[in-house]
Amino acid sequence: MKIFVTDYDGKVHELEALEGWRVMEVIRDWGQDIKAECGGACACATCEVYVDEDWVSKLIPASKEEENMLDLVPNVEANSRLSCQILMSEELDGLKVTLAPNSKT
Amino acid sequence: MSKSEISTDVIIIGAGPVGLFAVFELGLLDLKCHLIDILDRPGGQCAELYPEKPIYDIPGFPVISGQELTDNLMKQIKPFNPEFHYNRMVEKVEKLKDGTFKVVTDEGEVFRAPVVVIAAGGGSFQPKRPPVENIEQYEGKSVQYSVRRIEEFRDQDVLIVGGGDSALDWVLNLQPIAKSLTLVHRRDVFRAATSSVNEMLALVDAGKIDFILGQIASLEGEGDELSAVNIKSKAGDIRNIPTTRLLPFFGLTMKLGPVADWGLELNDNLIAVDTEKFETSIKGMFAIGDINYYPGKLKLILSGFHEAALMSQAAKKIINPDERVIFQYTTSSTKLQKKLGVK
Repeated sequence: MKIFVTDYDGKVHELEALEGWRVMEVIRDWGQDIKAECGGACACATCEVYVDEDWVSKLIPASKEEENMLDLVPNVEANSRLSCQILMSEELDGLKVTLAPNSKT
Repeated sequence: MSKSEISTDVIIIGAGPVGLFAVFELGLLDLKCHLIDILDRPGGQCAELYPEKPIYDIPGFPVISGQELTDNLMKQIKPFNPEFHYNRMVEKVEKLKDGTFKVVTDEGEVFRAPVVVIAAGGGSFQPKRPPVENIEQYEGKSVQYSVRRIEEFRDQDVLIVGGGDSALDWVLNLQPIAKSLTLVHRRDVFRAATSSVNEMLALVDAGKIDFILGQIASLEGEGDELSAVNIKSKAGDIRNIPTTRLLPFFGLTMKLGPVADWGLELNDNLIAVDTEKFETSIKGMFAIGDINYYPGKLKLILSGFHEAALMSQAAKKIINPDERVIFQYTTSSTKLQKKLGVK
């Protein structure tokens, strides 16, 4: 399965993803620049992505914990999600996200 | 030597789990440590990012929280009386002609030691800055990320952004002295303590403060004097709020900071070290834990503990080159047990 990640310069990267991996881990493992400083513990809000409009409704809604962490993003968009909280599954094959400026190292 | 200068064996930059455990390993070798950290308490990421989160990969602990691990380490190193210097950032590390290091903090303190250990994890924790145009120009005066002097808020138009305890606590504390106070948060759910939220809502009902659902869109002002903040409401309209003091509370994030300027060999913003001593490109300066890099490096707390033990042996040879060190175990050595205060 694959995900499509738009980087800070607007370039789109097609990244191979594995079932059960967090989207943050896929992005990091392929060497894209993502801060993700707590390592996926939903504790820092530095792996924010903007989810493509077509995909927003296909994701499991953000948990209370994720919403609490999104409070630490100074400019949250309606389609902002923390990529460490999106787990890859067959249904998400082809997911499109854009790295949010706050995630840059 | 100026009278405020502190001389010691080892200066450890960073009081996270790895810096704390280094005190133990160095302590067994009779080396005295001073630790400097930008946070106001020990624990580093364990304390700041995930005090309540369970950690499952500390050897011997099937599960332990970041805070428990920190508390245990503090207990473990107590016999060695380490000295802590919190709320400080190390700005300069300089190797002097006699081979010792001079370490200067942003508070102007000067430390001297033959060994410096960088255990700074992901760098120093800094407040998250809202990505609003020109915000830098107001920082220090109109825009502050923590309240240092409460008097600077008297008779001011204060705008606080955030939904956690810091934001709510300062709403409650500054409301009585501010000319006006507005709280801005992106949603009507607050992470702060329920009692604070209730007190805040009572102030809104009484017309003493304003609450706006929204986020900062732009700033207006001149020089470092802010005059208004434009808030984009959830509905999308912009509200212009007269503001002379802005307090954004979005938590902290890690920045490598001044480490990059100390002349160390870096590898993608990490400090390159060898795997025998975990020494940097500067002799006498070591880097352990998440901040270092060597082939095969894994950013695990347990890797940092291992690095601390090996680094300590090398540090001992620098500080007491003529002393013969016999490798001993805490289980059997009465000498080590005496140091630990258990014999």
